[in-house]
Amino acid sequence: MAARITEDQIWAWLEAVPDPEIPVISVVDLGVIRGVEVSGDDVKVTITPTYSGCPAMAVIAMDIETALARQGVTRLNLETRIAPPWTTDWLSEKGRARLEEFGIAPPQAAGGPERCPRCGSAAVEKVSQFGSTPCKAQWRCTDCLEPFDYFKCI
Amino acid sequence: MDHLFEFLLRQGDNALVLGHRTSEWCGIAPALEEDIALTNTALDLIGQTQLWLGYAAEVEGKGRSTNDLAFLRDAYDFKNLLMLEVPNADFGRTLARQFFFDAFQVPWLDALQASTDTRVAEIAAKSLKEARYHLERSSATVIALGDGTEDSNRRLQAAVDYLWPYTGEVFEDDATDRAMAGSGVAPLPSDLRTQWENVVSDTMMAACLARPESQFAHKGGRTGVRHTEHLGHMLATMQVLQRSHPGAAW
Repeated sequence: MAARITEDQIWAWLEAVPDPEIPVISVVDLGVIRGVEVSGDDVKVTITPTYSGCPAMAVIAMDIETALARQGVTRLNLETRIAPPWTTDWLSEKGRARLEEFGIAPPQAAGGPERCPRCGSAAVEKVSQFGSTPCKAQWRCTDCLEPFDYFKCI
Repeated sequence: MDHLFEFLLRQGDNALVLGHRTSEWCGIAPALEEDIALTNTALDLIGQTQLWLGYAAEVEGKGRSTNDLAFLRDAYDFKNLLMLEVPNADFGRTLARQFFFDAFQVPWLDALQASTDTRVAEIAAKSLKEARYHLERSSATVIALGDGTEDSNRRLQAAVDYLWPYTGEVFEDDATDRAMAGSGVAPLPSDLRTQWENVVSDTMMAACLARPESQFAHKGGRTGVRHTEHLGHMLATMQVLQRSHPGAAW
């Protein structure tokens, strides 16, 4: 490798790895990257699962390995850590904005979406506590009548 | 007997057996939303299984993997509560069981967060978030069905009456529980009984359901001494791939 890799460089490369199920946000925006350490040519990346059984975690690990390998990182140690447990507080501000643009209401401490991601109305109701992925619930807007995903707050 | 290994098997087997039972609804639940909810709940439980049995395999130290523990043990080596292995029957029994389990699991995992065993505390903290979400849904659904139509109330009451004699097993302390309490790994299950009963009573009252009087408790699941006939049938389905094609992977 010509130049020495820096931790900032690794973070920047990880910024370009999309979440496999919600590709508008990156794995960094999702808050699952808990640490990056570089020591010579050795790179250690620590990730944490969103939900303990989320099947996307295996894909995320593979995508990280592939993306870093493409940049010439050959000595990667990918570690999984469960403590402290992932929380939606770790979603980046950019990630929250992207989710909403994409039609997924971002998590709110109040336990439900602030507004419909399509028309902006606050008149929303829950359809189901669960949705198309472990991290989402189904809601609907009673003004524009569109159903939408809500990113569960945990 | 290694009490910590035994303790971890109990946690993992509870999650695995209920996770598998719940996954049996995938594709056949009464409504699409419920199908998705049940399948997501199953997924959380299988994820928790990987954490508990993964640690159990390490503690055992005999080279068995998480998958070996899940797919290559026989019924008498499983240490789950009997309540979790009985068939789903209808949607009412499935949700009543989930509620009885969640109502225990939330205070239990909450207490385990203070475990002297760091790994146990970490797994509990991770699982607790999911368990709280499950309890929110299972208690709300039990109330909606119990306080619903004549038919849904009748089904829920039948489910409660059927499951009730299985709930007592949760609080039967034994040598493993006392060893875990002694070393500060976990509280005694019996210490949580009052808390569980209060939540259950409140929810059942709101659900217009009668709480059974019987104190009789079926036992033998968490010790592995006497499982119901149903576990073997469930394992036959769950383990068939690894039994027929040992080591198969994808």
